[in-house]
Amino acid sequence: MSTTAKSLAVASAVAAALTAASTIPAAAATKEKCYGVSLAGQNDCAAGPGTTCAGTSTVDYQGNAWTLVDAGTCEGMDLPAMADGTERKGSLEPLERDLPA
Amino acid sequence: MSVTQAEFTRAMMDAGQQVPEGLVDHLAQPAGRRFSVYRNNVAVSLTEAMHSAFPVIAKLLGKQNMDGLAGIYLRRHPPSSPLMMFYGAHFPAFLEGMEQLRHLGYLGDVARLELALRRAYHAADAEPIAPETLGALTPDQLMNTRLALAPAVQVLRSSWPIHAIWRYNTEDGAPKPEAQAQDVLITRPDFDPIPQVLPPAGAIWIRALRGGASIGEALEQAAAENSAFDLGATLALILQGGAITGLESKG
Amino acid sequence: MLDTAAHDRLPAAPGVGYKPQHFAQITADPGSVKWLEIHAENYMGDGGRPIAQLRHLSERFAMSVHGVGLSIGGEGPLDADHLARLKHLVGWLNPASFSEHLAWSTHDSHFYNDLLPLPYTDASLQRICSHINQLQDTIGRRMLLENPSSYLAFVESTWSEPEFLAEISRRTGCGLLLDVNNVFVSATNLDFSPQGYIDAFALDKVGEIHLGGHDEDEDDHGRPLLIDSHGREVVDPVWALLDYTLAKSGPKPVLIEWDNDVPDWPVLEAEAARAATALERVPA
Repeated sequence: MSTTAKSLAVASAVAAALTAASTIPAAAATKEKCYGVSLAGQNDCAAGPGTTCAGTSTVDYQGNAWTLVDAGTCEGMDLPAMADGTERKGSLEPLERDLPA
Repeated sequence: MSVTQAEFTRAMMDAGQQVPEGLVDHLAQPAGRRFSVYRNNVAVSLTEAMHSAFPVIAKLLGKQNMDGLAGIYLRRHPPSSPLMMFYGAHFPAFLEGMEQLRHLGYLGDVARLELALRRAYHAADAEPIAPETLGALTPDQLMNTRLALAPAVQVLRSSWPIHAIWRYNTEDGAPKPEAQAQDVLITRPDFDPIPQVLPPAGAIWIRALRGGASIGEALEQAAAENSAFDLGATLALILQGGAITGLESKG
Repeated sequence: MLDTAAHDRLPAAPGVGYKPQHFAQITADPGSVKWLEIHAENYMGDGGRPIAQLRHLSERFAMSVHGVGLSIGGEGPLDADHLARLKHLVGWLNPASFSEHLAWSTHDSHFYNDLLPLPYTDASLQRICSHINQLQDTIGRRMLLENPSSYLAFVESTWSEPEFLAEISRRTGCGLLLDVNNVFVSATNLDFSPQGYIDAFALDKVGEIHLGGHDEDEDDHGRPLLIDSHGREVVDPVWALLDYTLAKSGPKPVLIEWDNDVPDWPVLEAEAARAATALERVPA
């Protein structure tokens, strides 16, 4: 593609994006606020709920003592093609992850 | 008989250790269970912080598993800052390192998505440009324009359907995830972060912009990964998200 | 109606610990609540809803910033990054009050998210005073220091807690935050008279009073062990101890703390209304 053709393609993509952005509200694709509260802060000056029991086990937190039990939505969520961790189609290298600070 | 804070924390974080001598009740008897209040507070408060930071991981694994994992995590990685809203930065890698979770390969990236949502929630505010500003540029000017993005913008790449998994576990009636790779864009047009699936190579384009590339240069990088890269669809997502905060003409 | 009074000091009236889930009701009708307290660390992000809500609330209410993470009682130096964050928050918000705890929570650069106890000795006194001086110099204002809930004692302690706090106040010029529930919890756990503690306390230095709910457990010998859980209503004996305190101290700003199992707004407001009634009985 020539430089001019590229520029024109970009201009038409920008025009399409402006139209799309003006007609579809950003939040349309998702449900708002249902997860908002848990994103706020959680420092407080209270003691844990009144028991001396949790955190006092001598074995539970050694790492090797923890055992995965069947629970949660993992059980009902079948991802067969990727259950063994197969990488995405066409990607031979582990993907670099973009996690801006 | 003095008790140093090093001795106190060692015994607090490992219930296999003796309660330090020098800690007593009002009759000068050994503190015993009274010391357990602190063991409990630290374990419970940090476990709650983990549940709060990773609600989708907690739902995927169930409360019992999440409690057990948090108990190990908080001892291996106690907070390094008093800001509990950012606790859990090592959790994705921690999950990926747990032998018993090997078969759930997506957990690490789902945890990365939850951390990114939280960063977006607390990121600095920024005023988006009026979209028309972009429309007023000539094709050549567009090619040479750099975009400044809002601090809340986050981009994640994954080999797993992390957006679908997140949605399935946060939204009633969301479809079951299907096996596919998903890159995710998080924007925060108002106060709530919104995660959306990026078109193929969209993550490359946004990352290039963030690295200082012009629209045209970023386009070349994205097209090199996927020749069918859809600039319009990617740009629409960041415009809808109020994510463009400035334009700069290059050169 | 917008309260246009100056917000440079806490009124001798009820306040509550602010929880984001109560934002709409507080702004619509705060009822008996005249001021709000926030935990400093929850407002140290760069922006977004928490900061926007705080800006909004601070235009209408006198605000108290209550730090829970500085580790003033720590053996190590204060965290310079955290001091800077406190300075920034107190700088832009300009709250009516800033307070922190007689406790430590950071050791060897790990933060344990709990208020941990310390011995009351000449050495710890010196260290705490130096930390408070450093803090007050950094944020450019006087702070209030809060008495802790105690579950155990240190053999090495040579000071009583009220004397220790009074001496810190004398040396640093800081004020005190008297948590009446903490007094009741500690008095039960360590078998001393809560009224005797109040009698020995430097009430003229008190800039704020805290009230909260506690849970009941027991120690190895079956004796009551109260836990400062902030998860329920303030109990009657603590309200009685508040009356006893206010009769001696005169009216003070009184805060209701409720951090676990946070109730709906009307339940929290009712606690504030009860504090208002207690304050009305006190001659100014």
